[in-house]
Amino acid sequence: MHARADAADTAPNWPDDIFATLQRFDVRQVPYVPDAGHSRLIQHVLGSSTMRGIPLTTEEEGVALLAGAWTGGQRGVLLMQSSGVGNCINMLSLIPILRFPFLTLVTMRGEWGEFNPWQVPMGSTTQGVFELSGIKVLRASNAAEVPAVLEAAAGQAYNALTPTAVLLSQRLIGAKVFTK
Amino acid sequence: MSKANLLDRRQVVSALLANRKDVVAIGGLGASTNDITAAGDHARNFYLWGGMGGAAMIGLGLALAQPKLPVLVITGDGEMLMGMGSLATIGLQKPSNLSIVVLDNEAYGETGGQTSHTSATADLVGVARACGIGDACAISTMAEVEAFAKAVHDVSAGPRFANVKIDSANVERILPSRDGTYIVNRIRGDLGFQPI
Repeated sequence: MHARADAADTAPNWPDDIFATLQRFDVRQVPYVPDAGHSRLIQHVLGSSTMRGIPLTTEEEGVALLAGAWTGGQRGVLLMQSSGVGNCINMLSLIPILRFPFLTLVTMRGEWGEFNPWQVPMGSTTQGVFELSGIKVLRASNAAEVPAVLEAAAGQAYNALTPTAVLLSQRLIGAKVFTK
Repeated sequence: MSKANLLDRRQVVSALLANRKDVVAIGGLGASTNDITAAGDHARNFYLWGGMGGAAMIGLGLALAQPKLPVLVITGDGEMLMGMGSLATIGLQKPSNLSIVVLDNEAYGETGGQTSHTSATADLVGVARACGIGDACAISTMAEVEAFAKAVHDVSAGPRFANVKIDSANVERILPSRDGTYIVNRIRGDLGFQPI
């Protein structure tokens, strides 16, 4: 369960904004490893007639999938949580080598009121791992800024072939709460 | 460690690509990428020099984007073992135009011939089948290779998987281009896509 940490007590609509932007940019393949923060977006993707949601066993599969998709003429986006970023590291080398458009949306753990210490090490290095791997990092910390951040990220990823990760902060998503 | 009745990797790959028509061929990191080069450089060859474990997933992305094109991944046992989860992902998506061939010499040939898991216990055909790829078989004759090469062109009946036990003999290195953007853009151009 997720407590809304920093927003009104209504269902968040920022995932709807993300979906609309991805549709507008003609994104077709959406590989993902599930995360609670992505669940609404994943529902939209699985219900879409133009996008194909592709569940992965590990996040690095999604990097390779997007290389193949682009070679075959389609754009994609990789959905994962921060702990999955570490699983991708060597496969991220395909991005500068093959120079395909790379956009990933990462729900953050290990920050902003995190309960689980095991999430903190990878959450703390997520941004650094991306930057060391040559991927630009943008962050959205509240619902109001999601549309503009997504627009900028998709624009630079697909139009300028600038590999980009959007970190959807735990403050936006709400810290995960464990109850007995 | 040579065993009797093992196939020659270059003969296998030559047979797979002899009548390739519109096939897009992806060569996994290691000797497999050299094998598809040895069979003849081609605008639809995707040569991998890195990204170990990613060959089958590149094939899946391409197959989903181009459902009418036969997509053939040719890789080694070590590369396939590293991306074994991708067989589960492919088994779920069931792309009918994707074929995967593992050239299984039971060893990491590029790094000194250390034995791989397939030399003793791991059964990649069993893994593929258990992941939902129903058309999965072990191949031990050239006649079976030739039949598989024909089946690759049936883009409505995949995904299919074959594990071919090959001789572990080292063969002449025939190296493809190492320029990834050239490789990708050449395929895209041949498929009719313009540069961005």
